[in-house]
Amino acid sequence: MGGSAVINRIVVGAHYGLKDWVAQRATAVIMAVYSVILAAVLLVFRPSTFEAWQAVFANGVIKFFTFLFFVSLFYHAWIGVRDIWMDYIKPVGLRLTLHVLTIAALVGYAAWAAAILWRL
Amino acid sequence: MAEMMIKKERPRNLDLASLRSYKLPLPGKVSIFHRVSGAGLFLMLPVILWLFQASVTSPETFAVFQGLVASWPVKLILAGLIWAYAHHFCAGIRFLLMDVHVGVDKPQARKSAAAVFAVSIPLSIILWGVLL
Repeated sequence: MGGSAVINRIVVGAHYGLKDWVAQRATAVIMAVYSVILAAVLLVFRPSTFEAWQAVFANGVIKFFTFLFFVSLFYHAWIGVRDIWMDYIKPVGLRLTLHVLTIAALVGYAAWAAAILWRL
Repeated sequence: MAEMMIKKERPRNLDLASLRSYKLPLPGKVSIFHRVSGAGLFLMLPVILWLFQASVTSPETFAVFQGLVASWPVKLILAGLIWAYAHHFCAGIRFLLMDVHVGVDKPQARKSAAAVFAVSIPLSIILWGVLL
């Protein structure tokens, strides 16, 4: 019966799809490309004072891609940390609590990152 | 034959005591360090964000940031984070290549595992020298 697959689903599982798998790889590529480009920018401009350092991240393009990096990082971290909880934490209640705490922390970090960048 | 395969019971679950005598192959080391470095980076996210915030917000917070990163305890944490980022980056590229079926068979996987360490360790040392 088709219904059995639904019955066997675990609330704290991995959503049984390619979505997270693809998202983890896509965010990894975004972060890797950003890391190399930012390193190149810093090597070219060599910001040695506070004003120069702040100006790098106040630049609209860099600000946008830095925020994209942070969002990618938090999504990537969610999938990775969730995998760790799924591997080592067996009791469903505890695992669900850890999942919720992880999401709460990462959503908070995303808001924090936005606040840091858009105050520049 | 089929019965023999079943009796092998794979994957094997090792208990902690036998882990000490079990020699993890190099690709296994890349993998567990990938997890450890990822977990470490995740746990240190508030510290990383806080330091980034201090560095870009104002001349006053920048001075606080400079004072902190000059101290040995913070340098030690940053040294660990730099290694974690370098290893996670290099091992991640290896896993991405394997996802597109590059270097999946055993001899190549051993070589690429060695390459991860051969790049990530010198890269960490260079970044320590430049940044710390």
